[in-house]
Amino acid sequence: MKLNVNGKVRDVQAPPDMPLLWVLRDLLGLTGTKYGCGMAQCGACTVHVNGEAVRSCVLPVSEVGARVVTTIEGLSAGGLHPVQRAWIEADVVQCGYCQPGQIMAAAALLKEAPKPSDADIDAALSASLCRCGTYQRIREAVHLAANMTPAGGKA
Amino acid sequence: MSARSGFSRRKFLKTSTGLVIAFAVLPRGGARALQAASAPAPLPSPDAFLRIGEDDTVTVLLAHSEMGQGIWTTLPMMVAEELGCDWSKIRVETAPAAPVYAHTAYGAQMTGGSSSTWSEFDRYRQVGAMAREMLVAAAAAQWKVAPAECRVESGFVVSGSRRATYGSLAKAAQAQKPPTSVKLKDRKDWKILGKPTRRLDSPQKVTGTAQFGIDVQMPGMKTALVARSPVFGGKVKSFQGGKAKAVPGVRAVVQVPSGVAVVADHFWAAKLGRDALEIDWDLGAGASLDTSVMRREYLALAGKAGVKAAAAGDVDAALASAKTKVEADYEFPFLAHATMEPLNCSVQIGPDSCDVWTGTQFQSGDQAAAAKITGLKPEQVKIHTTFLGGGFGRRANPASDFVAEAVHVAKAAGVPVKVVWTREDDMRGGYYRPMWAHRVSVGLGDDGKPSAWRQQIVGQSIMDGTPFAMLIKDGIDESSVEGVADSPYVKATPHHFVGLHSPKSPVPVLWWRSVGHTHTAFVMETMVDALAKAAGQDPLVYRRGLLKSSPRHLGALELACAKAGWATPAPAGRFRGMAVHQSFESYVAQVAEVSVDRGKIRVHRVVCAIDCGVCINPAGVAAQLESAVVYGLSAALYGEITLKNGRVQQGNFDDYPVLRMNEMPKIEVHIVDSGEKSGGVGEPGTPPIAPAVANAVFAATGKRLRQLPLRLA
Repeated sequence: MKLNVNGKVRDVQAPPDMPLLWVLRDLLGLTGTKYGCGMAQCGACTVHVNGEAVRSCVLPVSEVGARVVTTIEGLSAGGLHPVQRAWIEADVVQCGYCQPGQIMAAAALLKEAPKPSDADIDAALSASLCRCGTYQRIREAVHLAANMTPAGGKA
Repeated sequence: MSARSGFSRRKFLKTSTGLVIAFAVLPRGGARALQAASAPAPLPSPDAFLRIGEDDTVTVLLAHSEMGQGIWTTLPMMVAEELGCDWSKIRVETAPAAPVYAHTAYGAQMTGGSSSTWSEFDRYRQVGAMAREMLVAAAAAQWKVAPAECRVESGFVVSGSRRATYGSLAKAAQAQKPPTSVKLKDRKDWKILGKPTRRLDSPQKVTGTAQFGIDVQMPGMKTALVARSPVFGGKVKSFQGGKAKAVPGVRAVVQVPSGVAVVADHFWAAKLGRDALEIDWDLGAGASLDTSVMRREYLALAGKAGVKAAAAGDVDAALASAKTKVEADYEFPFLAHATMEPLNCSVQIGPDSCDVWTGTQFQSGDQAAAAKITGLKPEQVKIHTTFLGGGFGRRANPASDFVAEAVHVAKAAGVPVKVVWTREDDMRGGYYRPMWAHRVSVGLGDDGKPSAWRQQIVGQSIMDGTPFAMLIKDGIDESSVEGVADSPYVKATPHHFVGLHSPKSPVPVLWWRSVGHTHTAFVMETMVDALAKAAGQDPLVYRRGLLKSSPRHLGALELACAKAGWATPAPAGRFRGMAVHQSFESYVAQVAEVSVDRGKIRVHRVVCAIDCGVCINPAGVAAQLESAVVYGLSAALYGEITLKNGRVQQGNFDDYPVLRMNEMPKIEVHIVDSGEKSGGVGEPGTPPIAPAVANAVFAATGKRLRQLPLRLA
């Protein structure tokens, strides 16, 4: 089947019930998207499908169709997305394993709500777990990113 | 993992076949005392820890694993401070497994015990200083001036009007004889150390390019899942792999000591294949395990005198004559580490080599385990340490469970293999924080202070049955009693007895962020709160009275209380509780602000103060305290692994919940500048949070919760 990932149409030979997560990781070598729970409980596998945050661990690849998939590798050129820059500035990461999922969820939120409130952040990110406990900095970084322009610098 | 304070420092002696053959058991703080007393250790070999490129890059090799604690940044700070290089030129790599990278106090290559910073404080600074002197010597020789006429300046050696970059001097510097002694900078002259410094691993971690063990991929490498016994200690009686092999993408089904492995082209095929396996298990005695039965047994044991861990005076007589007594039982469940990255390990075996890629906290142990299984020498086993998607002690296993199993699978399958654990495999795989019970009886004197303190502790020993068992002395695994036997409250009580029962069970147990302090701090700090109440005193005033000889406890406590506004009323509907505890040679106090709404506990704010001695990276310390509080809160509010008919009843984050963003309190971190020797930072923030919250819940409801997780129903 054909899969549009990060701006490229790729040919994949996958069983139809194979979750998108494993197609990305094991067939396309895009390992930035993480496995954490396999049942949409932790958010580590979050990618964008047509711009919306989706749990790729429970999405059968056959249901993606012609929709556009974006992974952490395709979010920006060279890590320059405001969310990524804000994450560095706020010194968010610790072990870092959940962060691609957190960042994809945050980027999707900012598209919907360019100036999110704390309640918006809770609603969008409470399904993304972090065992290192970086939530306070994630919150701060989302606000920081909301005040950055896409190209760099602050709005 | 392993406790440092209140606990014998382990010393490994290596043999040709591996490690962990003998230990020199040292008294508390012994390794440090020994270092100070004996001649200074020889200087490290700078080549093993540092490379300076002709492009001016400075590559620091890490002897410790980066699992979130920030050592990727802290160790380079030590090098850069002495080297005088340009911070932007720093690159970082993990070191291979080799004796030169052995822990300076533990003797084996490992990351744990909140020890990476203090244990490398001299070595990495020395490496930087040695390299600086060699660069200066090279420049001086080139310019025909005395080294004393040269100085360094952010990646340059300078003398008069002459300047040369470190990169241009790198080759000549390498030919210089390494100095035999170096003078390290005084703290007052530090430019990098002690300053808040951002993490160096962020760029890789925000772009998805950081490589974790689970991300390892190479041509020909297969993915395997292992079907393990549904109960601890069970064995495969027989199995049918036909249906599994029929799954497209499944390449092999092989038996290994831990179960049956399905080897496939990718995770999904391996999983479907494993689902199709038919296995007849010999479950053994583990099939009757039930944690509700164990709880009753533990409480029964708590009523009997255990093996003496600490004692003074005549506690029975003193208790009998005390007019006021406070007595209570405490219970703690098994806990899973639940790292975000499930366990995994990749292995490629060649005729004379074995390559292991994994996120491990214990390179020496894993190397020895892989050598034993493959029949190779340890030096033929290469351990490639990736980033760890969380460790918390689970990836420092003396039994090397996930590494040994992967080596067995690769050996049996005859192909390079990545063994991946599902979340359920990981959560049900054992190596938990043990279950614990405590029974405490305290008698108060006329002054309201404890006159008699009796405490019986019941729980599995972590050391027992491992090579660390040699550290169990006179029946006491110190990691079972740390935080009680050395408690300032107990020590200040003239008549006391601390006893330990160490029942065995088939459930594998392991260190879990802050080890014994996970339960002992809760008992001590909630009990002291109850004693304050019995004595009719404010919890802070009461603790001040008991901690007169413990200035560092008190310093942290006073700062936390001042910043939290203890002397002022809490916001409407909110209640405060405090706790202070020493672990890993650091002192942490926390004040939690909570509300209780229809039985639901909500933590709004946590004010922390830490005295970790000389603080190397204040930004890292703040992050670790935030992290430790969240980790401890997840356990305080939710964490519980239970067994019924030998089966672990939890499997994923739906039935083993952890703290989420919407439950995140505001956390403030304040650092006490005591100027003392650096202590640990990764773990000491965890012990105080559960008792601080429980004490706040008491303030809110009048209910003294003595079991974790905290439940008001």
